[in-house]
Amino acid sequence: MPKFTVVDPGFFTTVQDLGRPGLQQYGVPVGGALDTYSLRAGNRLLGNDDGAAALEMTMRGATLIASGETVTAVTGGKVSVCKNGERVPAWEALHLADGDRLAIGAMEAGARAYLCVAGGIDVPLVMGSRATFLRGVFGGWHGRVLRASDVLPLGELTYVHQTRVGSFVPLPSQARLPAAISQVRVMLGPQNHLFPDDALRVLCSARYQVAAEADRMGCRLSGESLVQNFQTDTISDGVALGSVQVLGSGHPIIMLADRQTTGGYMKIATVISADLPLVGQMRTGDALQFIPVSYEEAIKALQFCEQALHGIPTRALPKRFFHVLLRGENVRVEVSEV
Amino acid sequence: MWQYYYAGESHLVVELGSTIDLSINSDVHALAGALVALQPRGLREVVPSYRSLMIFYDPLVITAPELRAICQGLMKFKAICRPHQREVLEIPVRYGGELGPDLEQVAEETSLTTEEVVAMHVRRAYAVYMIGFLPGFPYLGGLDPRLSLPRLKVPRTKVPTGSVAIAELQTGVYPLSSPGGWRIIGRTPLRFFNIAESPPSLLRPGQWVRFRSVSGDEYAEIADLVKANRFRPRVVLMDAEHA
Repeated sequence: MPKFTVVDPGFFTTVQDLGRPGLQQYGVPVGGALDTYSLRAGNRLLGNDDGAAALEMTMRGATLIASGETVTAVTGGKVSVCKNGERVPAWEALHLADGDRLAIGAMEAGARAYLCVAGGIDVPLVMGSRATFLRGVFGGWHGRVLRASDVLPLGELTYVHQTRVGSFVPLPSQARLPAAISQVRVMLGPQNHLFPDDALRVLCSARYQVAAEADRMGCRLSGESLVQNFQTDTISDGVALGSVQVLGSGHPIIMLADRQTTGGYMKIATVISADLPLVGQMRTGDALQFIPVSYEEAIKALQFCEQALHGIPTRALPKRFFHVLLRGENVRVEVSEV
Repeated sequence: MWQYYYAGESHLVVELGSTIDLSINSDVHALAGALVALQPRGLREVVPSYRSLMIFYDPLVITAPELRAICQGLMKFKAICRPHQREVLEIPVRYGGELGPDLEQVAEETSLTTEEVVAMHVRRAYAVYMIGFLPGFPYLGGLDPRLSLPRLKVPRTKVPTGSVAIAELQTGVYPLSSPGGWRIIGRTPLRFFNIAESPPSLLRPGQWVRFRSVSGDEYAEIADLVKANRFRPRVVLMDAEHA
Protein backbone atom coordinates (compact mmCIF):
# COMPACT_ATOMS: atom_id res chain seq x y z
CA MET A 1 0.00 0.00 0.00
CA PRO A 2 1.24 3.53 -0.72
CA LYS A 3 2.37 5.79 2.11
CA PHE A 4 3.15 9.42 2.81
CA THR A 5 6.21 10.33 4.83
CA VAL A 6 5.83 13.70 6.51
CA VAL A 7 8.87 15.91 5.84
CA ASP A 8 7.27 19.06 7.27
CA PRO A 9 3.85 18.82 8.91
CA GLY A 10 2.95 22.48 8.25
CA PHE A 11 1.48 24.69 10.97
CA PHE A 12 -1.44 22.55 12.17
CA THR A 13 -2.30 19.45 10.18
CA THR A 14 -4.74 16.72 11.20
CA VAL A 15 -6.48 13.78 9.53
CA GLN A 16 -10.18 14.62 9.04
CA ASP A 17 -13.19 13.07 7.35
CA LEU A 18 -16.90 13.83 7.73
CA GLY A 19 -16.78 13.01 11.45
CA ARG A 20 -18.62 10.56 13.67
CA PRO A 21 -22.31 11.52 13.79
CA GLY A 22 -24.65 9.44 15.92
CA LEU A 23 -22.71 9.64 19.18
CA GLN A 24 -23.56 13.15 20.34
CA GLN A 25 -26.06 11.77 22.85
CA TYR A 26 -23.01 10.20 24.54
CA GLY A 27 -21.15 13.50 24.52
CA VAL A 28 -18.91 12.60 21.57
CA PRO A 29 -18.49 15.58 19.21
CA VAL A 30 -19.10 14.94 15.51
CA GLY A 31 -15.76 16.52 14.50
CA GLY A 32 -14.50 16.17 10.94
CA ALA A 33 -13.42 18.69 8.32
CA LEU A 34 -14.39 22.33 8.88
CA ASP A 35 -14.75 23.00 5.16
CA THR A 36 -16.75 19.91 4.24
CA TYR A 37 -17.40 21.31 0.77
CA SER A 38 -13.71 21.24 -0.14
CA LEU A 39 -13.21 17.81 1.41
CA ARG A 40 -16.15 16.34 -0.51
CA ALA A 41 -15.16 18.10 -3.75
CA GLY A 42 -11.61 16.73 -3.49
CA ASN A 43 -12.85 13.23 -2.80
CA ARG A 44 -15.33 13.35 -5.69
CA LEU A 45 -12.58 14.59 -7.99
CA LEU A 46 -10.55 11.48 -7.16
CA GLY A 47 -13.45 9.04 -7.32
CA ASN A 48 -13.39 8.47 -3.54
CA ASP A 49 -16.39 8.32 -1.23
CA ASP A 50 -17.33 11.80 0.03
CA GLY A 51 -16.13 10.90 3.50
CA ALA A 52 -12.67 9.49 2.68
CA ALA A 53 -10.11 10.82 5.17
CA ALA A 54 -7.83 13.66 4.06
CA LEU A 55 -5.28 15.99 5.63
CA GLU A 56 -6.71 19.26 6.89
CA MET A 57 -3.89 21.80 6.83
CA THR A 58 -4.35 25.11 8.63
CA MET A 59 -2.54 28.31 7.57
CA ARG A 60 0.53 26.52 6.16
CA GLY A 61 0.60 23.26 4.25
CA ALA A 62 2.65 20.12 4.68
CA THR A 63 5.52 18.66 2.67
CA LEU A 64 5.31 14.93 2.05
CA ILE A 65 7.10 12.22 0.12
CA ALA A 66 5.10 9.44 -1.51
CA SER A 67 6.19 5.82 -1.19
CA GLY A 68 4.41 3.94 -3.91
CA GLU A 69 2.12 5.37 -6.55
CA THR A 70 -1.00 7.39 -5.73
CA VAL A 71 -3.34 10.15 -6.97
CA THR A 72 -3.99 13.28 -4.90
CA ALA A 73 -5.85 16.57 -5.07
CA VAL A 74 -5.42 19.73 -3.00
CA THR A 75 -8.63 21.68 -2.39
CA GLY A 76 -9.83 24.34 0.08
CA GLY A 77 -8.19 27.75 0.45
CA LYS A 78 -5.82 29.25 -2.11
CA VAL A 79 -2.42 27.69 -1.76
CA SER A 80 0.63 26.86 -3.89
CA VAL A 81 1.28 23.20 -4.62
CA CYS A 82 4.66 21.95 -5.83
CA LYS A 83 5.53 18.50 -7.09
CA ASN A 84 9.28 17.87 -7.02
CA GLY A 85 9.81 21.63 -6.87
CA GLU A 86 7.58 22.41 -9.84
CA ARG A 87 4.36 24.33 -9.47
CA VAL A 88 1.25 22.21 -10.16
CA PRO A 89 -2.42 23.24 -9.97
CA ALA A 90 -4.69 22.80 -6.96
CA TRP A 91 -8.25 21.50 -7.43
CA GLU A 92 -6.86 18.97 -9.91
CA ALA A 93 -6.25 15.23 -9.64
CA LEU A 94 -2.50 14.78 -9.67
CA HIS A 95 -0.49 11.61 -10.16
CA LEU A 96 2.35 10.91 -7.72
CA ALA A 97 4.97 8.29 -8.46
CA ASP A 98 7.08 6.51 -5.87
CA GLY A 99 9.48 9.06 -4.34
CA ASP A 100 7.64 12.17 -5.54
CA ARG A 101 7.77 15.12 -3.18
CA LEU A 102 4.60 17.18 -2.70
CA ALA A 103 4.95 20.56 -0.99
CA ILE A 104 1.92 22.65 -0.06
CA GLY A 105 2.71 26.30 0.75
CA ALA A 106 1.27 28.96 3.03
CA MET A 107 -2.39 29.92 2.63
CA GLU A 108 -2.78 32.89 0.29
CA ALA A 109 -6.54 33.09 0.85
CA GLY A 110 -8.74 31.15 3.25
CA ALA A 111 -7.47 29.28 6.30
CA ARG A 112 -7.53 25.58 5.44
CA ALA A 113 -6.42 23.38 2.58
CA TYR A 114 -7.29 19.71 2.14
CA LEU A 115 -5.00 17.08 0.73
CA CYS A 116 -7.24 14.32 -0.56
CA VAL A 117 -5.70 11.07 -1.69
CA ALA A 118 -6.85 8.00 -3.64
CA GLY A 119 -8.61 5.66 -1.22
CA GLY A 120 -8.21 8.15 1.65
CA ILE A 121 -5.69 8.33 4.50
CA ASP A 122 -5.89 4.80 5.85
CA VAL A 123 -5.62 5.32 9.62
CA PRO A 124 -7.77 3.05 11.82
CA LEU A 125 -11.45 3.81 12.29
CA VAL A 126 -12.28 5.00 15.79
CA MET A 127 -16.00 4.86 16.54
CA GLY A 128 -16.73 4.75 12.83
CA SER A 129 -14.55 7.67 11.76
CA ARG A 130 -10.94 8.61 11.04
CA ALA A 131 -11.37 12.22 12.20
CA THR A 132 -8.82 13.47 14.72
CA PHE A 133 -10.35 14.66 17.97
CA LEU A 134 -7.53 16.41 19.80
CA ARG A 135 -9.21 17.03 23.18
CA GLY A 136 -10.09 13.36 23.46
CA VAL A 137 -6.72 12.27 21.99
CA PHE A 138 -8.36 9.80 19.60
CA GLY A 139 -8.92 9.34 15.88
CA GLY A 140 -6.66 10.37 13.03
CA TRP A 141 -2.96 9.79 13.50
CA HIS A 142 -2.72 8.76 17.19
CA GLY A 143 -5.19 11.46 18.12
CA ARG A 144 -2.72 14.27 17.48
CA VAL A 145 -1.49 16.80 14.92
CA LEU A 146 1.05 15.49 12.41
CA ARG A 147 4.77 15.74 13.09
CA ALA A 148 7.82 15.39 10.88
CA SER A 149 8.71 11.77 10.03
CA ASP A 150 5.21 10.40 10.66
CA VAL A 151 4.42 7.76 8.02
CA LEU A 152 0.78 7.75 6.95
CA PRO A 153 -0.74 4.67 5.30
CA LEU A 154 -2.84 5.49 2.24
CA GLY A 155 -5.74 3.68 0.64
CA GLU A 156 -5.44 1.43 -2.36
CA LEU A 157 -4.98 3.05 -5.76
CA THR A 158 -7.61 1.68 -8.12
CA TYR A 159 -8.34 1.98 -11.80
CA VAL A 160 -11.05 4.57 -11.10
CA HIS A 161 -8.56 6.86 -9.33
CA GLN A 162 -6.14 6.54 -12.23
CA THR A 163 -8.76 7.59 -14.76
CA ARG A 164 -9.29 10.82 -12.83
CA VAL A 165 -5.73 12.10 -13.24
CA GLY A 166 -5.88 15.52 -14.88
CA SER A 167 -9.55 16.16 -14.10
CA PHE A 168 -10.14 19.40 -12.25
CA VAL A 169 -12.79 21.55 -10.61
CA PRO A 170 -13.36 24.83 -12.50
CA LEU A 171 -13.23 28.05 -10.51
CA PRO A 172 -17.00 28.61 -10.08
CA SER A 173 -17.34 25.23 -8.39
CA GLN A 174 -14.36 25.74 -6.07
CA ALA A 175 -14.77 26.69 -2.41
CA ARG A 176 -16.16 30.10 -1.49
CA LEU A 177 -13.36 32.00 0.26
CA PRO A 178 -13.60 34.96 2.64
CA ALA A 179 -14.16 38.39 1.07
CA ALA A 180 -13.23 41.81 2.52
CA ILE A 181 -16.43 41.49 4.51
CA SER A 182 -17.92 38.02 4.18
CA GLN A 183 -21.67 37.68 4.27
CA VAL A 184 -22.58 34.77 6.50
CA ARG A 185 -26.22 33.76 6.30
CA VAL A 186 -28.00 32.76 9.50
CA MET A 187 -31.45 31.67 10.54
CA LEU A 188 -32.51 33.34 13.77
CA GLY A 189 -33.02 31.03 16.71
CA PRO A 190 -33.42 28.70 18.48
CA GLN A 191 -33.28 31.19 21.39
CA ASN A 192 -33.56 34.60 19.72
CA HIS A 193 -36.81 35.19 21.64
CA LEU A 194 -34.86 35.28 24.92
CA PHE A 195 -32.82 38.32 23.80
CA PRO A 196 -33.74 41.99 23.91
CA ASP A 197 -34.72 43.42 20.48
CA ASP A 198 -31.55 45.46 20.46
CA ALA A 199 -29.40 42.32 20.40
CA LEU A 200 -31.03 41.14 17.18
CA ARG A 201 -30.57 44.55 15.61
CA VAL A 202 -26.84 44.51 16.49
CA LEU A 203 -26.43 40.94 15.27
CA CYS A 204 -27.74 41.81 11.83
CA SER A 205 -25.99 45.16 11.40
CA ALA A 206 -22.61 45.00 13.16
CA ARG A 207 -19.37 43.87 11.58
CA TYR A 208 -17.45 41.18 13.40
CA GLN A 209 -13.83 40.07 13.21
CA VAL A 210 -12.60 36.56 13.77
CA ALA A 211 -10.73 36.61 17.10
CA ALA A 212 -7.34 35.01 17.70
CA GLU A 213 -8.90 32.31 19.90
CA ALA A 214 -10.89 30.86 16.99
CA ASP A 215 -10.23 27.12 16.59
CA ARG A 216 -11.88 23.88 15.46
CA MET A 217 -14.36 24.11 18.35
CA GLY A 218 -15.65 27.56 17.59
CA CYS A 219 -15.09 30.70 15.60
CA ARG A 220 -14.89 33.39 18.27
CA LEU A 221 -15.79 36.88 17.10
CA SER A 222 -14.87 40.32 18.34
CA GLY A 223 -16.81 43.50 17.68
CA GLU A 224 -19.89 45.11 19.13
CA SER A 225 -21.39 43.30 22.15
CA LEU A 226 -24.87 41.98 21.49
CA VAL A 227 -26.01 42.57 25.07
CA GLN A 228 -24.88 44.46 28.14
CA ASN A 229 -25.62 43.43 31.72
CA PHE A 230 -27.58 40.48 30.47
CA GLN A 231 -27.22 36.89 31.65
CA THR A 232 -26.60 34.71 28.60
CA ASP A 233 -26.59 31.48 30.65
CA THR A 234 -29.50 29.16 30.22
CA ILE A 235 -30.27 25.51 30.91
CA SER A 236 -27.71 23.45 28.98
CA ASP A 237 -29.02 21.91 25.79
CA GLY A 238 -27.87 20.53 22.45
CA VAL A 239 -25.56 22.67 20.31
CA ALA A 240 -26.17 22.69 16.56
CA LEU A 241 -23.36 22.85 14.03
CA GLY A 242 -23.15 26.58 13.23
CA SER A 243 -24.91 27.62 16.41
CA VAL A 244 -24.21 31.29 17.23
CA GLN A 245 -23.85 31.30 21.00
CA VAL A 246 -23.56 34.52 22.94
CA LEU A 247 -20.86 34.49 25.61
CA GLY A 248 -21.13 36.32 28.94
CA SER A 249 -19.19 39.23 27.41
CA GLY A 250 -21.95 39.62 24.82
CA HIS A 251 -19.74 38.41 21.97
CA PRO A 252 -20.90 35.76 19.56
CA ILE A 253 -19.09 32.51 18.81
CA ILE A 254 -19.99 30.23 15.88
CA MET A 255 -19.85 26.62 17.05
CA LEU A 256 -17.93 24.33 14.68
CA ALA A 257 -17.14 20.63 14.22
CA ASP A 258 -15.25 19.98 17.48
CA ARG A 259 -17.79 21.83 19.65
CA GLN A 260 -19.09 20.36 22.89
CA THR A 261 -22.31 18.48 22.25
CA THR A 262 -24.22 20.47 24.87
CA GLY A 263 -23.80 24.00 26.13
CA GLY A 264 -25.41 26.52 28.42
CA TYR A 265 -24.95 29.79 26.52
CA MET A 266 -27.99 31.20 24.75
CA LYS A 267 -28.10 30.53 21.02
CA ILE A 268 -29.32 33.59 19.19
CA ALA A 269 -28.97 32.28 15.62
CA THR A 270 -27.59 29.42 13.53
CA VAL A 271 -25.34 29.70 10.48
CA ILE A 272 -27.01 27.91 7.56
CA SER A 273 -25.31 24.70 6.38
CA ALA A 274 -24.42 26.19 2.99
CA ASP A 275 -22.23 28.86 4.64
CA LEU A 276 -20.42 26.68 7.19
CA PRO A 277 -17.56 25.79 4.81
CA LEU A 278 -16.95 29.53 4.36
CA VAL A 279 -16.74 30.01 8.14
CA GLY A 280 -14.26 27.12 8.17
CA GLN A 281 -12.09 29.15 5.79
CA MET A 282 -11.98 32.29 7.96
CA ARG A 283 -8.85 33.28 9.82
CA THR A 284 -7.99 35.72 12.60
CA GLY A 285 -8.93 39.27 11.61
CA ASP A 286 -11.30 38.33 8.76
CA ALA A 287 -14.48 40.43 8.82
CA LEU A 288 -18.01 39.13 8.53
CA GLN A 289 -21.57 40.30 8.65
CA PHE A 290 -24.56 38.13 9.53
CA ILE A 291 -27.43 38.11 7.03
CA PRO A 292 -30.72 36.70 8.35
CA VAL A 293 -32.50 34.37 5.94
CA SER A 294 -35.60 32.17 6.03
CA TYR A 295 -35.82 28.37 6.29
CA GLU A 296 -36.74 28.20 2.60
CA GLU A 297 -33.74 30.31 1.57
CA ALA A 298 -31.44 28.14 3.68
CA ILE A 299 -32.71 25.00 1.95
CA LYS A 300 -32.30 26.59 -1.48
CA ALA A 301 -28.72 27.56 -0.63
CA LEU A 302 -28.00 24.00 0.50
CA GLN A 303 -29.48 22.56 -2.72
CA PHE A 304 -27.26 24.93 -4.69
CA CYS A 305 -24.14 23.57 -2.91
CA GLU A 306 -25.22 19.98 -3.43
CA GLN A 307 -25.78 20.62 -7.13
CA ALA A 308 -22.29 22.09 -7.47
CA LEU A 309 -20.87 18.97 -5.80
CA HIS A 310 -22.89 16.67 -8.04
CA GLY A 311 -21.20 18.24 -11.05
CA ILE A 312 -17.74 17.10 -9.87
CA PRO A 313 -15.71 15.89 -11.64
CA THR A 314 -16.83 18.25 -14.35
CA ARG A 315 -13.96 18.01 -16.80
CA ALA A 316 -12.46 14.57 -16.63
CA LEU A 317 -9.79 14.38 -19.30
CA PRO A 318 -9.76 10.85 -20.62
CA LYS A 319 -6.32 9.66 -19.62
CA ARG A 320 -5.42 6.21 -18.43
CA PHE A 321 -2.40 4.47 -16.98
CA PHE A 322 -1.34 0.91 -17.54
CA HIS A 323 1.45 -1.21 -16.17
CA VAL A 324 2.99 -3.29 -18.92
CA LEU A 325 5.47 -6.10 -18.51
CA LEU A 326 8.15 -5.44 -21.09
CA ARG A 327 10.88 -8.10 -21.20
CA GLY A 328 10.21 -8.86 -17.54
CA GLU A 329 10.33 -5.21 -16.57
CA ASN A 330 7.32 -3.32 -15.16
CA VAL A 331 6.76 -0.23 -17.29
CA ARG A 332 4.12 2.43 -16.65
CA VAL A 333 2.32 3.63 -19.77
CA GLU A 334 0.14 6.72 -20.00
CA VAL A 335 -2.58 6.68 -22.66
CA SER A 336 -4.65 9.75 -23.45
CA GLU A 337 -7.26 10.52 -26.08
CA VAL A 338 -6.23 13.17 -28.58
CA MET B 1 -47.28 22.53 25.32
CA TRP B 2 -44.16 21.52 23.49
CA GLN B 3 -42.41 24.35 21.66
CA TYR B 4 -40.56 23.93 18.37
CA TYR B 5 -37.62 26.07 17.31
CA TYR B 6 -35.45 26.06 14.22
CA ALA B 7 -31.70 25.85 14.78
CA GLY B 8 -30.76 26.46 11.17
CA GLU B 9 -32.36 24.34 8.44
CA SER B 10 -30.85 21.05 9.62
CA HIS B 11 -31.70 21.00 13.33
CA LEU B 12 -35.02 21.20 15.13
CA VAL B 13 -35.29 21.90 18.86
CA VAL B 14 -38.28 20.44 20.70
CA GLU B 15 -38.61 22.17 24.04
CA LEU B 16 -40.72 20.12 26.43
CA GLY B 17 -40.56 22.51 29.37
CA SER B 18 -38.67 25.45 30.79
CA THR B 19 -37.20 24.00 34.00
CA ILE B 20 -34.89 21.23 35.14
CA ASP B 21 -37.48 18.69 36.16
CA LEU B 22 -37.37 14.91 36.33
CA SER B 23 -40.71 14.30 34.67
CA ILE B 24 -39.96 16.70 31.79
CA ASN B 25 -36.56 15.04 31.37
CA SER B 26 -38.15 11.55 31.28
CA ASP B 27 -40.39 12.76 28.47
CA VAL B 28 -37.32 14.05 26.60
CA HIS B 29 -35.78 10.57 26.76
CA ALA B 30 -39.09 8.92 25.87
CA LEU B 31 -39.40 11.16 22.78
CA ALA B 32 -35.75 10.49 21.83
CA GLY B 33 -36.29 6.73 22.15
CA ALA B 34 -39.54 6.79 20.18
CA LEU B 35 -38.03 8.86 17.35
CA VAL B 36 -35.00 6.59 17.08
CA ALA B 37 -37.25 3.53 17.07
CA LEU B 38 -39.46 5.08 14.38
CA GLN B 39 -36.39 6.08 12.27
CA PRO B 40 -38.15 8.49 9.92
CA ARG B 41 -36.08 8.83 6.77
CA GLY B 42 -33.76 11.81 6.95
CA LEU B 43 -33.30 11.52 10.73
CA ARG B 44 -29.59 11.82 11.53
CA GLU B 45 -29.43 11.77 15.31
CA VAL B 46 -31.01 13.12 18.47
CA VAL B 47 -29.39 14.90 21.40
CA PRO B 48 -31.46 14.83 24.59
CA SER B 49 -30.79 17.43 27.28
CA TYR B 50 -32.50 18.57 30.51
CA ARG B 51 -35.73 19.83 29.02
CA SER B 52 -35.32 19.70 25.25
CA LEU B 53 -34.42 17.44 22.38
CA MET B 54 -32.30 18.55 19.46
CA ILE B 55 -33.07 16.65 16.29
CA PHE B 56 -30.40 16.53 13.55
CA TYR B 57 -31.92 15.81 10.14
CA ASP B 58 -31.25 16.04 6.43
CA PRO B 59 -33.51 18.86 5.20
CA LEU B 60 -33.25 17.62 1.61
CA VAL B 61 -34.97 14.38 2.72
CA ILE B 62 -37.41 15.47 5.44
CA THR B 63 -38.72 18.94 6.28
CA ALA B 64 -38.96 20.59 9.68
CA PRO B 65 -42.80 20.72 9.52
CA GLU B 66 -42.88 16.97 8.78
CA LEU B 67 -40.64 16.25 11.76
CA ARG B 68 -42.74 18.48 13.93
CA ALA B 69 -45.87 16.60 12.93
CA ILE B 70 -44.19 13.31 13.84
CA CYS B 71 -43.26 14.68 17.29
CA GLN B 72 -46.80 15.99 17.82
CA GLY B 73 -48.09 12.54 17.02
CA LEU B 74 -45.68 10.93 19.46
CA MET B 75 -46.69 13.39 22.19
CA LYS B 76 -50.10 11.72 22.38
CA PHE B 77 -48.39 8.50 23.32
CA LYS B 78 -45.87 9.91 25.74
CA ALA B 79 -47.28 7.99 28.71
CA ILE B 80 -46.72 4.74 26.79
CA CYS B 81 -43.23 5.78 25.69
CA ARG B 82 -42.04 6.33 29.26
CA PRO B 83 -40.05 3.40 30.59
CA HIS B 84 -41.78 1.57 33.41
CA GLN B 85 -38.57 0.55 35.09
CA ARG B 86 -35.44 2.39 35.99
CA GLU B 87 -32.07 0.90 35.29
CA VAL B 88 -29.79 1.84 38.18
CA LEU B 89 -26.06 1.27 37.72
CA GLU B 90 -23.94 0.92 40.84
CA ILE B 91 -20.76 2.98 40.72
CA PRO B 92 -18.01 2.03 43.21
CA VAL B 93 -16.23 5.09 44.62
CA ARG B 94 -13.23 5.55 46.86
CA TYR B 95 -14.10 8.72 48.79
CA GLY B 96 -11.66 11.24 50.26
CA GLY B 97 -7.90 11.10 50.64
CA GLU B 98 -5.77 11.65 47.57
CA LEU B 99 -8.56 10.49 45.26
CA GLY B 100 -11.10 12.92 46.72
CA PRO B 101 -9.04 15.99 47.62
CA ASP B 102 -12.03 18.30 48.21
CA LEU B 103 -13.98 16.03 50.57
CA GLU B 104 -12.71 17.67 53.76
CA GLN B 105 -13.32 21.16 52.43
CA VAL B 106 -16.85 20.17 51.42
CA ALA B 107 -17.46 18.80 54.94
CA GLU B 108 -16.15 22.00 56.47
CA GLU B 109 -18.22 24.33 54.28
CA THR B 110 -21.40 22.30 54.82
CA SER B 111 -20.75 21.85 58.58
CA LEU B 112 -20.95 18.09 58.21
CA THR B 113 -18.44 15.34 58.92
CA THR B 114 -16.77 13.66 55.95
CA GLU B 115 -18.68 10.46 56.86
CA GLU B 116 -21.97 12.36 56.65
CA VAL B 117 -21.07 13.83 53.27
CA VAL B 118 -20.32 10.35 51.91
CA ALA B 119 -23.48 8.91 53.47
CA MET B 120 -25.58 11.61 51.82
CA HIS B 121 -23.87 11.11 48.45
CA VAL B 122 -24.43 7.34 48.40
CA ARG B 123 -27.97 7.42 49.80
CA ARG B 124 -29.71 8.70 46.68
CA ALA B 125 -30.12 7.35 43.16
CA TYR B 126 -29.36 9.98 40.52
CA ALA B 127 -30.95 10.39 37.11
CA VAL B 128 -28.67 10.78 34.09
CA TYR B 129 -30.37 13.91 32.77
CA MET B 130 -28.00 14.15 29.86
CA ILE B 131 -24.44 13.47 28.69
CA GLY B 132 -22.29 16.32 27.46
CA PHE B 133 -19.41 18.69 28.23
CA LEU B 134 -16.98 15.79 27.66
CA PRO B 135 -17.49 12.44 25.92
CA GLY B 136 -19.29 10.28 28.50
CA PHE B 137 -19.73 13.02 31.13
CA PRO B 138 -23.08 12.44 32.86
CA TYR B 139 -25.09 15.30 34.31
CA LEU B 140 -26.55 13.66 37.39
CA GLY B 141 -29.33 15.58 39.07
CA GLY B 142 -30.88 15.21 42.50
CA LEU B 143 -27.98 15.88 44.86
CA ASP B 144 -28.99 16.34 48.52
CA PRO B 145 -29.42 20.14 48.86
CA ARG B 146 -27.36 20.03 52.06
CA LEU B 147 -24.34 19.20 49.87
CA SER B 148 -24.97 22.04 47.45
CA LEU B 149 -21.91 24.28 47.10
CA PRO B 150 -20.80 26.63 44.32
CA ARG B 151 -18.07 25.60 41.88
CA LEU B 152 -14.44 26.25 42.87
CA LYS B 153 -13.44 29.90 42.39
CA VAL B 154 -10.33 28.82 40.51
CA PRO B 155 -10.97 25.72 38.38
CA ARG B 156 -8.34 23.00 38.37
CA THR B 157 -6.33 22.80 35.16
CA LYS B 158 -6.37 19.02 35.36
CA VAL B 159 -9.02 16.84 36.97
CA PRO B 160 -7.98 13.16 36.81
CA THR B 161 -10.06 10.58 34.91
CA GLY B 162 -12.71 8.94 37.10
CA SER B 163 -13.02 11.84 39.54
CA VAL B 164 -16.42 11.98 41.23
CA ALA B 165 -17.40 15.57 41.82
CA ILE B 166 -20.23 17.80 42.99
CA ALA B 167 -21.36 21.35 42.17
CA GLU B 168 -24.57 23.05 43.18
CA LEU B 169 -27.36 20.44 42.95
CA GLN B 170 -25.45 18.19 40.56
CA THR B 171 -22.93 15.43 40.77
CA GLY B 172 -20.88 13.94 37.95
CA VAL B 173 -17.91 11.81 36.98
CA TYR B 174 -15.02 13.05 34.80
CA PRO B 175 -14.66 10.45 32.02
CA LEU B 176 -11.41 11.99 30.74
CA SER B 177 -8.76 14.06 32.40
CA SER B 178 -9.73 17.68 31.79
CA PRO B 179 -9.86 21.12 33.36
CA GLY B 180 -12.81 21.46 35.70
CA GLY B 181 -14.28 23.51 38.52
CA TRP B 182 -16.40 20.94 40.35
CA ARG B 183 -15.40 19.75 43.85
CA ILE B 184 -13.77 16.34 43.76
CA ILE B 185 -14.90 14.08 46.60
CA GLY B 186 -13.74 10.68 45.31
CA ARG B 187 -12.76 8.54 42.37
CA THR B 188 -14.26 5.55 40.60
CA PRO B 189 -12.15 2.85 38.95
CA LEU B 190 -14.83 2.40 36.26
CA ARG B 191 -14.20 3.71 32.75
CA PHE B 192 -16.98 6.11 31.87
CA PHE B 193 -15.68 6.56 28.35
CA ASN B 194 -13.97 3.88 26.31
CA ILE B 195 -13.49 4.21 22.56
CA ALA B 196 -13.24 0.42 22.21
CA GLU B 197 -16.81 -0.08 23.53
CA SER B 198 -20.03 0.41 21.62
CA PRO B 199 -21.54 2.69 22.73
CA PRO B 200 -18.36 4.30 24.06
CA SER B 201 -20.12 5.78 27.09
CA LEU B 202 -20.75 3.65 30.21
CA LEU B 203 -24.01 5.50 30.80
CA ARG B 204 -26.94 6.31 28.56
CA PRO B 205 -29.05 9.42 29.03
CA GLY B 206 -32.18 8.38 30.91
CA GLN B 207 -30.46 5.74 33.03
CA TRP B 208 -29.88 6.06 36.77
CA VAL B 209 -26.84 5.61 38.97
CA ARG B 210 -26.13 5.01 42.62
CA PHE B 211 -22.72 5.36 44.23
CA ARG B 212 -21.25 2.83 46.66
CA SER B 213 -18.36 3.63 49.00
CA VAL B 214 -15.52 1.12 48.67
CA SER B 215 -12.28 0.56 50.58
CA GLY B 216 -8.86 1.20 49.08
CA ASP B 217 -8.40 -2.56 48.64
CA GLU B 218 -11.69 -3.02 46.83
CA TYR B 219 -10.93 0.00 44.64
CA ALA B 220 -7.63 -1.61 43.58
CA GLU B 221 -9.35 -4.96 42.98
CA ILE B 222 -12.03 -3.42 40.76
CA ALA B 223 -9.41 -1.32 38.96
CA ASP B 224 -7.55 -4.55 38.05
CA LEU B 225 -10.76 -6.17 36.79
CA VAL B 226 -11.57 -3.07 34.73
CA LYS B 227 -8.10 -3.15 33.22
CA ALA B 228 -8.60 -6.80 32.26
CA ASN B 229 -12.02 -5.90 30.81
CA ARG B 230 -13.70 -8.26 33.29
CA PHE B 231 -15.77 -5.90 35.38
CA ARG B 232 -19.47 -5.34 34.75
CA PRO B 233 -21.16 -2.86 37.08
CA ARG B 234 -24.17 -4.18 38.97
CA VAL B 235 -27.49 -3.05 37.45
CA VAL B 236 -30.63 -2.95 39.56
CA LEU B 237 -34.10 -2.53 38.05
CA MET B 238 -36.44 -0.34 40.04
CA ASP B 239 -40.06 0.46 39.36
CA ALA B 240 -40.37 4.01 38.11
CA GLU B 241 -42.74 6.20 40.06
CA HIS B 242 -44.16 8.96 37.93
CA ALA B 243 -44.88 12.44 39.06
